[in-house]
Amino acid sequence: MSQIRMLVDGREVVSDEGATVLEAARSAGITIPTLCHHDLLQPYGGCRLCIVEAETGGRVALVASCVHQVQDNLVVRTRTERVDRIRRTLLELLLAHAPESPQLQELAATYGADRNRFEQQASFCVICGLCVRYCAEVKGKHAVGFVDRGTRKEICFVPEIAVMECATCLECFPLCPTSYAQAAYVLMKGLAPR
Amino acid sequence: MPRMSTREDLERARRLVLAGRDPDAPCVTVCGGTGCLASGAGKVVAAFEHEIESRGLSADVAFRSTGCHGYCERGPIVVVEPEETCYLRVKPDDVAEIVTETVAGTRVVDRLLYLDPATGRKVARESDIPFYRHQRRVVFGANRKVDPRSLEDFLAIGGYHALATALFDMTPAEVVDEVKGAGLRGRGGAGYPTGLKWETARNAPGDTKYVVVNCDEGDPGAYMDRSLMEGNPLGVLEGLTIGAYAIGAHEGYVYVRQEYPLAVENVLIAIEKAEGAGLLGSDILGSGFDFTVRVHRGAGAFVCGEETALLLSLEGRAGEPRPRPPYPAVKGLWERPTVINNVETWANVPLIVSGGAAAYASVGTGGSKGTKIFSLVGKINNTGLVEVPMGIALREVVYTIGGGIPGGRKLKAVQTGGPSGGCIPEERLDLQVDFDELTRAGSMMGSGGLIVMDEDTCMVDVARYFTSFLADESCGKCVPCREGLRQMHGILARICEGGGREGDLEVLQELSEVAVEASLCALGKTAPNPFLSTYRYFRDEYEAHIRENRCPALSCKALISYYIEPELCKACKLCLKACPAGAIDGERKRIHVIDQERCTRCGACLEVCPSRFGAVRKISGEPVPPPLPEDQRRIARASEGT
Repeated sequence: MSQIRMLVDGREVVSDEGATVLEAARSAGITIPTLCHHDLLQPYGGCRLCIVEAETGGRVALVASCVHQVQDNLVVRTRTERVDRIRRTLLELLLAHAPESPQLQELAATYGADRNRFEQQASFCVICGLCVRYCAEVKGKHAVGFVDRGTRKEICFVPEIAVMECATCLECFPLCPTSYAQAAYVLMKGLAPR
Repeated sequence: MPRMSTREDLERARRLVLAGRDPDAPCVTVCGGTGCLASGAGKVVAAFEHEIESRGLSADVAFRSTGCHGYCERGPIVVVEPEETCYLRVKPDDVAEIVTETVAGTRVVDRLLYLDPATGRKVARESDIPFYRHQRRVVFGANRKVDPRSLEDFLAIGGYHALATALFDMTPAEVVDEVKGAGLRGRGGAGYPTGLKWETARNAPGDTKYVVVNCDEGDPGAYMDRSLMEGNPLGVLEGLTIGAYAIGAHEGYVYVRQEYPLAVENVLIAIEKAEGAGLLGSDILGSGFDFTVRVHRGAGAFVCGEETALLLSLEGRAGEPRPRPPYPAVKGLWERPTVINNVETWANVPLIVSGGAAAYASVGTGGSKGTKIFSLVGKINNTGLVEVPMGIALREVVYTIGGGIPGGRKLKAVQTGGPSGGCIPEERLDLQVDFDELTRAGSMMGSGGLIVMDEDTCMVDVARYFTSFLADESCGKCVPCREGLRQMHGILARICEGGGREGDLEVLQELSEVAVEASLCALGKTAPNPFLSTYRYFRDEYEAHIRENRCPALSCKALISYYIEPELCKACKLCLKACPAGAIDGERKRIHVIDQERCTRCGACLEVCPSRFGAVRKISGEPVPPPLPEDQRRIARASEGT
């Protein structure tokens, strides 16, 4: 497999062909924030926090580094004013759901995000999909899934599967940035037929 | 129709069909498109069939129920050939008279003809009606000439000539070059050059490739793809087959939304007929080229019009966009190179192959070639589908073809490109309609929706409505679109309800910017357009809402009041009776007063107040004058001596 050379924040980074910009940057010790990313899971591109500026042939584009593949001579900037501004707004949108999430609070401190910028939302799920994707891709159980779409989208445990599978697993709980997975699980248990 | 296994068989079949048809014999055509069916065309069709049969005219008179003719405002539409006499708003009761006068005789039924408001004259020929006269119906025009379920009709208008030309006279690479040379751009929204897409898929490695028809048209008020699929499915299939040959695909899919039952039905029939005749399936026309098509019914999600979401949905997964690259032309359906084009794009392909790239490219502007079908809806006299050359002035579409705004109202804006398009204000109406000009004006071509808005339309409310639509239809995968739209809709709704605050506009701009820059797919990237374009051209309306609690269009219910002018009120009790909330106090000879607390702002009082009185007034941004004291409400008339 051939090696790709590119520039990330002014440093030369070498990686394998087919790697993502996020993987390459992290392997070189450069931090890019993520929320919906997990090393065991397929890249998702949902939270957009990992957005970076990518310049090739003089053209600058904003790309999600978790899904954007490395290429030779790519120039990546992970902390420009534009990138930081987008991350700050995205964090503020997420904090409207989960102001108490430690992970979000830590990122909010880095990017100066105001947790009260937007009207508080009823659900504290940030739809990162980690629970859903982990259950499907790693465990192969599909005990938790997405329902509905758009602004009504939420996660939901499937009672018929969850009562059989979850008690001995619960591996999605620590992945959840807001502890909503636990809440949804408890809700399911309350509703599931005994 | 017997199976055709050579090119000569096709031409022989065509000659046979044409030989059995006398172009001078009467032929009755009834539009059976969705619009006309809704206005009662089904009964008109039945009446014609009965009338022709019972008078023993079946042998001499041809009858055809076709797809949409386009002039939906005036449906059901009947056209009698060979004179092309066009009757509008035909009722079953009119049928006997039409058969007697025009079909059996040679007279016209004057009362059913189009009356040109400009000249005051009746117009008999369909193509002379101004709505049609200024169009260029090269793609959509076939609709009115064929029964969508008849292969014979399709052959009679030259159908499958283009496919035969491609299969026998051209190499696949030559077909791609022809489409490239024609400058055809995707009619579904983004306007990507079709030929380039085909070339990428053709050159992509792999033996298995696919072609897909995107018939997931989801814009409110847009129905051109539906009408093409319903009215001329064989035309779309012919284009698809040519595309498959060009890129080396042997399987194709038609993705059509379940809400279009007639389109589903007609395309299934068309596939069956084409397969039976050797125009689909293995060894098409003896060329050695195999191609099969299957129909997939979508559940009707707007986001499935986005190509990557559509392909995932086709695979049986949730219809959510995935990041591009890789583009479908390289890695599409089941990770194979896939060309996905919109219905109208496919329908343009046979024209290019038959007539040549140069002829095709002679119509249109520098960057946008050919024609475009628009669905012209909203506050417009001639609602319907229109096909015009690229580059036509928007004003011509609205006034010359569309017949202007009803009720003598003033035009305010034209919303183009569907929900994520933008609003073009009256002063920009002379712009040339093509992909690039619309984008420059802050809107987009989209799939070709044109919603006309008059002065009674509040532009803040328009932005609120479309943002709400998009927030509902977003797939919910990425934060800038899902959460950004949620907040944008909340703010816009609050402004419409009179709760606008300083700083709202800045927040809306910031959220728009983030959605444009950071969203995963085109839905999110274009979703702020309704706000951005109305803010660009109608900023004063936003400011009036926020700073003065005033809705300049007098449309936002929370910001308006109805008031009865005491000097003009004749105490006629009309409004009092019409008020559903019982909010009007008064009696005969006693001036009526609206109780603002109980008023629901439905406007019934304004509607019924006789225009010669004009006593009810809509106000916004100013306090309602205090009600007249009880003792001054009595109307004293001189004749009564009080």
